Amino acid sequence: MTFLVFVAIRVGTDPVARYTRINARASAAKIQQYKEANGLVGTIPEQYVRWLWKFVRFDWGVSIKGRVPVWPSIKDALSNTLILGAFASVIGITVGLGIGIVASLKQYSKFDSLSSAGAFIGLSIPPYISAILLQLVFAYYFTKWFGLDKPFLPPSGVYPPGHDGSFDPVLRLKHLILPGTVVAIQTIAVYSRYMRASLLEVKNSDYLRTARAKGISETRVIVRHALRNALIPIVTVAAIDMGAIIGGLIITERIFEYKGMGDFFLTAFTNGDFPQLMPWMVLVVASLILFNLIADITYAFLDPRIRL
Amino acid sequence: MSETINETVRETFTDTIFDIRDLRISFPSPNGDVQAVRGVDLLVHKGEMLAVVGESGSGKSVTFLGVMGLLSPSTVITGSAKLGTTELIGATAKTVRRVRGRKIAMIFQDPLSALNPVQRIGPQIVEMIRSHDEMSKSAAESKAIDLLDLVGIPQPKARTKQYPHEFSGGMRQRVMIAMAIANDPEVLIADEPTTALDVTVQAQILEVIQRIQHELNTAVVLITHDLGVVARVADRVQVMYAGRAVERADVMTLFDDPTHPYTVGLLQSLPRSGQDRLTPIIGTPPNMLRPPSGCAFRPRCAFATDVCASELPELRPFHNSQTACLRVEELDLEPVL
Amino acid sequence: MTDISEFEAAITKPHVPNGEPTADEVNALVDSVSPSRLALRRFLRHRVAMAALIIFVVIALIIIFAPITTRYGEIEILPPVDGKRSFNPPSAKAWFGTDELNRDLYSRVIWGGRVSLFIGLTVALFASMIGTLVGAVAGYRGGLIDDMLMRTTDLFLAFPTLVLLLVVRNLFDQLSWLNWLVGDLKSIRFIIVLLVALSWMSVARIVRGTVLSLKEREFVEASIALGSSAPRIVVRHLIPNAIGPIIVSLTTSIVGAIVAESTLAFFGFGIDPVYKTSWGGLLGASKGQVLTGKWWLLVFPGVVFVITIMCINFIGDAFRDAFDPKQGQARR
Repeated sequence: MTFLVFVAIRVGTDPVARYTRINARASAAKIQQYKEANGLVGTIPEQYVRWLWKFVRFDWGVSIKGRVPVWPSIKDALSNTLILGAFASVIGITVGLGIGIVASLKQYSKFDSLSSAGAFIGLSIPPYISAILLQLVFAYYFTKWFGLDKPFLPPSGVYPPGHDGSFDPVLRLKHLILPGTVVAIQTIAVYSRYMRASLLEVKNSDYLRTARAKGISETRVIVRHALRNALIPIVTVAAIDMGAIIGGLIITERIFEYKGMGDFFLTAFTNGDFPQLMPWMVLVVASLILFNLIADITYAFLDPRIRL
Repeated sequence: MSETINETVRETFTDTIFDIRDLRISFPSPNGDVQAVRGVDLLVHKGEMLAVVGESGSGKSVTFLGVMGLLSPSTVITGSAKLGTTELIGATAKTVRRVRGRKIAMIFQDPLSALNPVQRIGPQIVEMIRSHDEMSKSAAESKAIDLLDLVGIPQPKARTKQYPHEFSGGMRQRVMIAMAIANDPEVLIADEPTTALDVTVQAQILEVIQRIQHELNTAVVLITHDLGVVARVADRVQVMYAGRAVERADVMTLFDDPTHPYTVGLLQSLPRSGQDRLTPIIGTPPNMLRPPSGCAFRPRCAFATDVCASELPELRPFHNSQTACLRVEELDLEPVL
Repeated sequence: MTDISEFEAAITKPHVPNGEPTADEVNALVDSVSPSRLALRRFLRHRVAMAALIIFVVIALIIIFAPITTRYGEIEILPPVDGKRSFNPPSAKAWFGTDELNRDLYSRVIWGGRVSLFIGLTVALFASMIGTLVGAVAGYRGGLIDDMLMRTTDLFLAFPTLVLLLVVRNLFDQLSWLNWLVGDLKSIRFIIVLLVALSWMSVARIVRGTVLSLKEREFVEASIALGSSAPRIVVRHLIPNAIGPIIVSLTTSIVGAIVAESTLAFFGFGIDPVYKTSWGGLLGASKGQVLTGKWWLLVFPGVVFVITIMCINFIGDAFRDAFDPKQGQARR
């Protein structure tokens, strides 16, 4: 796994560094100055080592553009994304699992077909389309139709422009709704299908028949036996998903101008802002690895057959 | 056949506790109805071991799964199955649930898939106990340990904390048995309990089941296709073919004086020492979507005539058994063994 | 009195009385069908998939025959309506409305579809070919090749897609020795190569998985016992049996490629929008305009886009059901 990190960082170094160099369009002397200021001198391995050294000591430097310290801005972006991710995930997973469970219990019923169809549509619509669609409907039309002077559900930003930076939960929530919904749509679609499939597979198991032969109530059969087994693969997937969230909301964040990690990345990338990009990569990769590990451990914990 | 016939057969059991009459079970399918059980009568007496014998597709398992309500909801079941005074066919879910695990218990063929793989053995047995008895958790747990001991599992206390995959096949089946007798049921239905096990282990499991039968005076319905198993432990036998009963006798009589060509065929096909070739029953079991008219064994029977196609044979007494062969008086079926 | 020998004789004689069909009759009822045929049959019975297939074919035909089906040229500017030189809502002249240069959106959707579909299909084709080959070899050989494959794909598949797309895109641009392959940064060729480079991996993983499970089957052992060489086994036995998952992953790749291309185009990282456009480009152009009420810029391309994707998804789903007999689902 550490191999992964290493390679990731090396790859991250490569194109970005060059891109940055190309970006600087001043005279040779200026370029040299620029390079020095941003630690781009020397061969790539040298740069890498130098960077690593500083990074480990939490000296994350300043961005190339605007010379804003990296750490605080990443910290903000990280927390924003975490909030959005948590919001959408909690809603998405609970609703999704619920739908999946009901659908599998009433297999082939209207509910089942409808929810399958819904999930299918939800999965087919790329998030940027649903994002803009929601913006269109809620931000524009609602205002128009209801004659409001301010958009009912704000289409962008973490707080309205001009906000003084204090913590206002209501406003925060309002701004979370639209982007959260976009993400939640995807989540619900995926998890409802997944849960349904897992539960259906369990449904045909022999031990359910044994459980029924014991004469216990049907609810208990479903909850204690069927669900318990069906949730195992889902928990694993959920853990991995969560690891991927901090880097995975780029599109949604950008469209809603939500200042999260995804948005951060896009800005930094278009600016070729190397000092910003490296920590970003590290954070994302670290999160992935961490949650992968958590997923493995949880899986072993839940399924005794796996334990070595 | 080298095993001796069940040596512990005692006096005939007379107390009927389970009475199945004219049971019919069919599964709707896109191609028509599969008539798995076509009018079966069956009696189980207190304390006896009744073996129900037949090939796959004979309906032997479906009969009891149906009576226990363990088949899918789209199955059509008619007839009567009375446990004591309780009618099970068409009963409410609540009634059926109360009977399951308490009055009738069932164990299945593959104990590995029949036990919940992510739950320890202890809680699985405790669940069985506590769903029919208002016992405290610790009391139930100690009862579970006693049960494991009863079926011959060493170090039962430690074992209750283990998972199914940590047991060997034979041990798992013992666990299933322990779970089944937890509430001292009147009837224990064992659906091919030894089929998935090694031959040596088979004997052990059969011995456990027989011990349960005698010590706890539990009636046992042993569903199997293996006549060797039948000879070993059964008191009475009912032979099934194509969804109907074709012969009914106590075990000695069945082996000494078979009264139905199918039974003869089964006995004939048992491998014997000194044989050069095996003698199977020719042909294959019928398609239950459209069973043959009249006697279903007709296409494979060496003695079939036109009369066999005309009417559906019912069980009637002949010699010391009951048989569903229309021509049994004319045929003089010699004992095979 | 019949004694045992007569009985034995009776039993061993093939006795086929009334009612029992002969072997020939049985065979006639069930004509032997290959598994692919069976799968095809199951697929055709899938009503929704058939509908999806038809819709898709219709769309594809409209797109292929673009010069006939479009009403205007790709960058043809229309005369102003009511004096407005841009952003005209749908009307008789322009069914889908017009964009900022007063170009007919309907025609541009069709022209854009050409690009999008072309890219989608080409990428899927190449990615599947490469992926199948690599996956099959890795799965069959195991060992170091397999290890390396898994490690590399693990790495790449773990990253958020967009990040990968952008970074690799840059990389390809910077590495001058790749120019012969990729061409210009904003060209269609570039996008295709880029997407293929990233898509083959999921195909490879799927194929590898299938091969791994197929490897254990007896017919492979038999093949080896008969002395077949490894390439022969891979090509003649493993791959044909893996056709099911391969086709399914093909459809997924198509969708993936179309979406990826459109995402890139959406954010301006796609094809040079001056001469050619794609669905993603059209949608991207609607980004800012939507908030001022120019709904047609989003709705029409969006609907066509989503419908196409859904159709391909449906078809892929149906293929999956068709090839996997254990699904247990009756009709849908």
